[in-house]
Amino acid sequence: MKQSLFESRHQPQWQAFAEQLNRLEQGKAKASDVADFPHQYRRLCQHLALAQERGYSSYLVDPLQQLALRGHQQLYRHRSQLGASVLGFVLAGFPRLVREQWRFVAVASVLFFGSLLGIALLVYLFPELIYSIISPQQVAEMQDMYDPDASRLGRAAERASSEDWMMFGYYVMHNIGIAFQTFAAGLLFGLGSVFFLIFNGLIIGAVSGHLTEIGYGQTFWSFVIGHGAFELTAIALAGAAGLQLGWALISPGRLTRGESLRLAAHKSVQLLCGVMVFLLIAAFIEAYWSSTTVIAAWVKYLVGAVLWLLVAAYLIFAGRTQHAPE
Amino acid sequence: MPSTPLDTRYQIETPEGIDLPLRPAGLVPRVLAFAFDLLARGVIMGVLMVPLALLGNVGLGLGALLLFLVSWWYMVLFEVLNQGCSPGKQVMGLRVVQDDGTPVGWSASLIRNLLRFVDMLPFGYFLGAISCLQHPHFKRLGDLAAGTLVVYRERPLPRPQIPQAAALRLPFALDLNEQRAILGFAERQGELSAERVHELAAILAPSLQVSPARAAQQLNGVARGLLGPT
Repeated sequence: MKQSLFESRHQPQWQAFAEQLNRLEQGKAKASDVADFPHQYRRLCQHLALAQERGYSSYLVDPLQQLALRGHQQLYRHRSQLGASVLGFVLAGFPRLVREQWRFVAVASVLFFGSLLGIALLVYLFPELIYSIISPQQVAEMQDMYDPDASRLGRAAERASSEDWMMFGYYVMHNIGIAFQTFAAGLLFGLGSVFFLIFNGLIIGAVSGHLTEIGYGQTFWSFVIGHGAFELTAIALAGAAGLQLGWALISPGRLTRGESLRLAAHKSVQLLCGVMVFLLIAAFIEAYWSSTTVIAAWVKYLVGAVLWLLVAAYLIFAGRTQHAPE
Repeated sequence: MPSTPLDTRYQIETPEGIDLPLRPAGLVPRVLAFAFDLLARGVIMGVLMVPLALLGNVGLGLGALLLFLVSWWYMVLFEVLNQGCSPGKQVMGLRVVQDDGTPVGWSASLIRNLLRFVDMLPFGYFLGAISCLQHPHFKRLGDLAAGTLVVYRERPLPRPQIPQAAALRLPFALDLNEQRAILGFAERQGELSAERVHELAAILAPSLQVSPARAAQQLNGVARGLLGPT
């Protein structure tokens, strides 16, 4: 068949297909419109194959190729598990994932909590050590913040309730930013995550050791215990996700490094989505609950302990049964 | 099809058994697109920060949330909801797709944009640029991990007119590549100078058994013949 005959015979079909594609791409297509889309698409693919095989000119083949590509992108999509089943992920998927990756979680936790507790103990025993980790100016700022005489706590010494809003925004930006960094740096063969885990552990540990040692322990610990359950766990989990990336590069098994990295990245980004949820909760608690001084310290300790148990129980037990709500 | 074409095209084979070519974009257009996005983000922040600053502390909180959204989610939201194009990519005519040519999804977009942090190390996208320059399909580290590709968007092609000539058949058979070459010659004549048209056609003059001066006319006739009556 000559090219021009082929073209004039099928041109209306191609135009109809292009219009259908336009509607699909703009999200305006109705269900009745797209019922025969796969059929139309396959016919277009057949026309394209014919046109190529018969040596028709590239000005005919190329537009057909563009139509086929657009059709391909509409027909074949990666269904994203994240958006589709948020509830299932929160209730069961995330804790399952954490347990599945328990080796990385364990290593990250040892690095983070180990350095945190270790340096806290050292600073408590040898108070001068704090100045080799944190600059004297920052130490003074920290002391101002957790001074027992201050009415409200947090990153600013005196706060009205509208400032809760400000601090909420600040915590979200700052903490999730740290978690993202800790994760992403894992791509450097895991070294970046190790660095950020230890670095953050050292800073937090040194501050807590120092404040306890100078007698601000009451204000400090009652402030951090509540949101710490979510925030510290989240940083450890972000580190675990980063370590997973790094390990996929160090030991790809039977896959190529690129392929192994791609698979690990898809797993670890899910872990990171859970981390984000944790950090949003933490920011909320930190801004609206941890910072009040109206409530007695023992209530805060109690609530904090309950929150820690809750997080632990969630990660260990949620989603164990087969019939978990999905 | 020649075995390894001397260009950067990336072939994907669809389940229907046809090959679709994608054209990956190199470092320079991507840098320009990123610069545009950076500027756009700066403008967004600048414009929205002014009214927020008037709101006092609540405004500062909202501002921090906004900064978070703009710095970490700007790319992801645009890429997933706008057919793989952030505004900068839109301007440069680029888009992000998965390795198999399908639109980029939430998790892939999140991975490639979170790992941007590593691509920026140690300064000014150094690692990303190295990775992009040495990879056959110009992938930066984030693209490698997410399995994505930045390609040129397809643009509609205007159809050129083949010069008028009496349709004619050659006394010998042409194979597919020869047919396409002759059609291509006829269709692209408008973009070439008269001298170049003459020079190209003259190469085939001996095979067509005509004088070099008439070769172009002869080839147009063959192209007309291949195309068929319009």
